Amino acid sequence: MSQAAAVAAGRPPFWRDVRILRVLWQIVFSVAVIVIGREIYLNLAFGVKQQGVDLSWSFLNSQAGFSIKEGLDYSRADSIARALIVAGFNTIRIAAVGIVLASLLGLVIGVARLSRNWLVRKIAQAYVDLFRNTPVVIILLFLYFGVVYSLPRVEEGSIFDVAFVSLRGTAFPWPRTDAGAGVWGSCLLAALVIAWLVRRWRTRINEATGKPHYRFLWSFGVFLALALASYFVIGSPMKMDVPQRAGLRFTGGVQLSAEYFGLLVGLTLYTSAFIGEIIRGSILAVQKGQKEAGEALGLTPFQQLRFVVLPQAMRIAIPPINSQYQNLLKNSSLGLFVAYPELVGVGRTVINQEGRFTQVLVIWMLSYLAMTLSISTVMNGVNRLVAYRGARR
Amino acid sequence: MRRSFFAKLTALAAVSVLVLSACGRGEDEPEPQAEETTDPGQGEEQVSLLQTVLDRGTLNCGVNNTVPGFGFDPGTGEIDGFDTEFCRAIATAVLGDPTAIELVPIDAEERFNALRAGEYDVLVRNTTWTSSRDGTEGVAFAHVNFYDGQAMMVRADSGYEKVADMDGTAACVTTGTTTELNLADYAAQVEADIEAVTFAENPQLQEAFIAGRCDGWTSDRSQLAGIRSAWPGSDGGPEALVILDDVMSKEPLAPAVVDGDSDWYDVVNWTVNGLILAEELGVDSGNVAQQASNPDSPQIAAMLGVPFEAATETLEVDHGLGIDNTFMQDVIAAVGNYGEIFDRHVAPLGVERGVNALWTDGGIQYAYPFR
Repeated sequence: MSQAAAVAAGRPPFWRDVRILRVLWQIVFSVAVIVIGREIYLNLAFGVKQQGVDLSWSFLNSQAGFSIKEGLDYSRADSIARALIVAGFNTIRIAAVGIVLASLLGLVIGVARLSRNWLVRKIAQAYVDLFRNTPVVIILLFLYFGVVYSLPRVEEGSIFDVAFVSLRGTAFPWPRTDAGAGVWGSCLLAALVIAWLVRRWRTRINEATGKPHYRFLWSFGVFLALALASYFVIGSPMKMDVPQRAGLRFTGGVQLSAEYFGLLVGLTLYTSAFIGEIIRGSILAVQKGQKEAGEALGLTPFQQLRFVVLPQAMRIAIPPINSQYQNLLKNSSLGLFVAYPELVGVGRTVINQEGRFTQVLVIWMLSYLAMTLSISTVMNGVNRLVAYRGARR
Repeated sequence: MRRSFFAKLTALAAVSVLVLSACGRGEDEPEPQAEETTDPGQGEEQVSLLQTVLDRGTLNCGVNNTVPGFGFDPGTGEIDGFDTEFCRAIATAVLGDPTAIELVPIDAEERFNALRAGEYDVLVRNTTWTSSRDGTEGVAFAHVNFYDGQAMMVRADSGYEKVADMDGTAACVTTGTTTELNLADYAAQVEADIEAVTFAENPQLQEAFIAGRCDGWTSDRSQLAGIRSAWPGSDGGPEALVILDDVMSKEPLAPAVVDGDSDWYDVVNWTVNGLILAEELGVDSGNVAQQASNPDSPQIAAMLGVPFEAATETLEVDHGLGIDNTFMQDVIAAVGNYGEIFDRHVAPLGVERGVNALWTDGGIQYAYPFR
């Protein structure tokens, strides 16, 4: 009778009611996931206990005892947590600079692949084929043990005595802030604002009268003049920190170790080959008509590229380039092969000294996840900015 | 109204899932705890590795293949050295056959993980006995087979005479070893600022040292002696390098087994001990057969597992280690005693007995008696 009543109400019985079934399956699935997850965790805990180690995190507070040769301020008396943070900073250091350099180089390679000059085209193709088809490790080993080690020894490699290039590292001069730098900083900001106002003024003149605005020259000139004037008025608040050689090391200036160099160059060359191909593909994907329209308007090939083709190509290129950036970040984990103390390398040392493999693994996973998500977020933001209207999500 | 019905249903589902899982946890927790609290050493639920090796018929042994004299593969695929002889000794003790071994080359980082995972039964790979390895790593060390120390190797023409002279230099070191920690400690002690360049393995480290990336190579003295003896002539040969006298740390090298397996530990321990005792008692591969049939003293008889005919009585010793009482006879016949092994593998590197001599000769190798 209830069935008839249900039918009369317009609802099927509960075992055929799709809405109820959906919720039921959700419950069953959730229970299954929780049960399996718990089993996995208990199994892990048991296995770990059997081997005589545990799943606690207190080891992070114990003293590290080992040294890390570059990165943030760190001594062996610091905690293991601090050691891992320094290592993470080293990873970010390499990845950030690597991403910038690989993008620039990749852009050049990608455009060169489409050059009208036969030699340029062939060289770019050879570059891409070489670096795409060679495993990263081999590139790194070759660059570090082959190229970096054939640089001059520390005693010999100086460039006019202000910069040094040697197989232990490089050092070059860098401006260092002195007294009054803060004041000069505010003057620079003020100069920037004034320059922007000048740009607006020139644009308005141009709109009103049609005279060429030369606004870039004007604004940049004003900025430069104000910056220099304030610099000298304040009394030279920046000094050049020139590196000196002290025995077998350098003091002062900016120092980059040989390992950083080798890893950076290796990652940059490798990833730039991929980015170059992505950019080439995305340029080719822009309709030919766009380029022809640009030509019809009288733009030079460079102007066509710069104002018509590349802006459209970049929209297509950004998602795959996002992946390449993340690849670069993850490839930095090969730093141990070239003695660069990044996150995986230092983590392995921690595992060896403390035996806590599972915990360090979790730290690795979370760290790399955080870093790749950051890259992704930024790139998705850029993607949204440049996407075609209507394609935004 | 329908929406609120489904909302309630979903809420009910969520609550029931939580309740179910909480109940489940309460039920199951006693079980794994019961398994965890049973000490595998009691052997009731856990089979000893001794039995596993006997059943398998082969001994799996973790070794080094990059250190001349201790564990080295000269390119032929055959690993030989001081440590591998101890592997053969253990195999002979348990299985009666020194060739029934599987040598597994392993690097410094993976050695404890692989040991715990069961990839091999015993690790004889110039491994230092430290408290954290006993505790955190969960391994147990048998009798020390080589008393070593950490040292620094530099180029002969560098002019350094001690580590304190090396302020402002760089030293190459392999990661994952006690070497890293000891270098930092010792450098701080002698107030020298030494940059540590860490590599994963010795071959890469050697490249860096040859190229001049670092001024010193620090490792166990025995390792350095082996590496120096095989130094390529193109870079000057062994004379181009010198090992400084500083003893940067104590490195007692001993075979390691997994914690908690007393039977297996005892067998490994007493095999190593027996080799040292054999040298103390003057038994070597040449006279072991004769001593076995007619032992000179009750101590020799106890070690070789034969009865000793004294003037008034017959003495016999049963070790109860789980292997034949006569195991030392086979072991000494197969590999010789400690001195013979040392002379075969370590002496050619130019390393003297030194601290590894018997306690009666001014060293500290001291064997425990078989009774």
